[in-house]
Amino acid sequence: MIRIDSVIWLFIFLSPRPEFFVAKDRPNDAGGCIILSWEFLSDSGLDGYLIFRKTLPDTTFKKIGFAGNLTSYEDNTTRDGAKYVYKVVAIRGEKVYFSETSSVVSSSPQIFHFGRINILIAIVVFTALLLYFLKKAKERDKIFIRKIAGLDAVEEAIGRATEMGRPILYVPGLGDIDYPATIASMNILGEVAKRVANYDTPLIAVNCYPVVFTVAREVVQQAFLSQGKIERFKEDYVRYLTESQFGYAGAINGIILRERPATNFFIGPFFAESLLIAETGNQTGAFQIAGTDQVLQLPFFVTSCDYTLLGEEVYAASAYLSRAPLLVGSLKAQDWGKILVLVILIVITVASFFKFNLLAILKVE
Amino acid sequence: MRQRIPLFICLTMGILMTAQFFIPHPLSIGFNSVINKWVVILSAFALVLGIGNLINHHINIIKRKKLERFYSLVTIISMGAMAFIGIFFGIDPGSLYQKLFLNILTPLGATMFALLAYYMASAAYRAFRARSIEATILLLSAFVVMLGFIPIGQYLHPHLPQFAEWIMRVPNLASQRGILFGVAFGSIATALKIILGIERSWLGGGG
Repeated sequence: MIRIDSVIWLFIFLSPRPEFFVAKDRPNDAGGCIILSWEFLSDSGLDGYLIFRKTLPDTTFKKIGFAGNLTSYEDNTTRDGAKYVYKVVAIRGEKVYFSETSSVVSSSPQIFHFGRINILIAIVVFTALLLYFLKKAKERDKIFIRKIAGLDAVEEAIGRATEMGRPILYVPGLGDIDYPATIASMNILGEVAKRVANYDTPLIAVNCYPVVFTVAREVVQQAFLSQGKIERFKEDYVRYLTESQFGYAGAINGIILRERPATNFFIGPFFAESLLIAETGNQTGAFQIAGTDQVLQLPFFVTSCDYTLLGEEVYAASAYLSRAPLLVGSLKAQDWGKILVLVILIVITVASFFKFNLLAILKVE
Repeated sequence: MRQRIPLFICLTMGILMTAQFFIPHPLSIGFNSVINKWVVILSAFALVLGIGNLINHHINIIKRKKLERFYSLVTIISMGAMAFIGIFFGIDPGSLYQKLFLNILTPLGATMFALLAYYMASAAYRAFRARSIEATILLLSAFVVMLGFIPIGQYLHPHLPQFAEWIMRVPNLASQRGILFGVAFGSIATALKIILGIERSWLGGGG
């Protein structure tokens, strides 16, 4: 019969020699890296693992690093195409324990990132849906689109400012032009500017980033041009303020208090400044329409503005306002995309009840 | 032609940058790096236009509006002074530029941020008036969450903190995620519409 304490002693004196040593090219990378991994039977009293490498056809191993007590190591100093073999050496006090020599390995860059294949599939499926519904939209006269109160109020908001003879303030938020909500905001600005051009109401579109400023100016100018009212466009309609977050908020508050716009649009990505500007606008009695994709800022807008576009409504606004069949058709694709995601989530959840972990298919590297 | 060239550039760059995301090869990374440098260069040009617009706007105010002249003067002088100090005396740590930035601009930003607390109080007062069923539910849930997250909550009822946590983690998070799904699809649809030239509002040309 084996006594328990003798098993413990056996365990302690087991060799810490690295076992199952594997060296392989790191997948889905730009090359220049080989990953090593190993296991051990005992790490008691272990000082760590030294990594040795031999570049073929050399005959000697050179020390390239120290892995501590980890059981993996990334060699980021490889030359693509060169052939290497590796050894890992466990150090315990004065003693060393060598692993077996790895098989010959070389690093190389990959031309496709397989860790992102799920995103590619999602994009392909969604693009197919979009193209299908665009084709449908061309064939059909009318596609049902649910009412969005905030967007229905745009006409009223511009009319109100016109009647009061006061300007309209348009704030596209604190995102640069690479931010999707900023681009969506520019699309809405284009639609607002068309109506402003027809009503001949002063517009103040304020911007935080210089590139957004140039795009906004072009959008407004082109909107006036498309309505045949370019003579009404003034350079002062689109202004650049500052990139500083609270400097931007301070400047907008100044404009709201000094120029007293009758209508304020806050549409785009907003952060901590959202409540500062929306509350100031509320205190001046302005009619306010806000919209953002920043979930944490939505409650602030809901409390301070007359209408708030929630998340996806910001992206639907351009289609809703223009009523262009192709754009409206794209909204259908968005809805079907959401249904598809919902079905996938339900399948994954049900599968988890039966001990099938399908979450790995959603993992992105 | 005025619309076709931007649309062609948009389509080409949209496809290339999407492909770049899936290709880890050094050529692809190099391409991305070059494009990012171009973006920085374009931003620099746009900054010149932005500053030109800012100066022009404030000079017009100084000329025309007596009451607001002071604010515009402060803006122009501050901007000119910071640019002059930065260009001729450097922007290294410990420089005059850094001292002005850290001792004037940073506290001003912090002051604006601090004002948020007062704005929040006035917004909360309006939001929490129980004028409808939704507002009443909002008031009650906010009350429970606030009580649950302060020490006295546990003394009032031992399960109050867990209930508050549940409100935040289940109904609140579920609705947030619902909105985020919509945002994600909206972003992709907007990107595809622009790349494919379906959405042209950004060119001022309508859909």
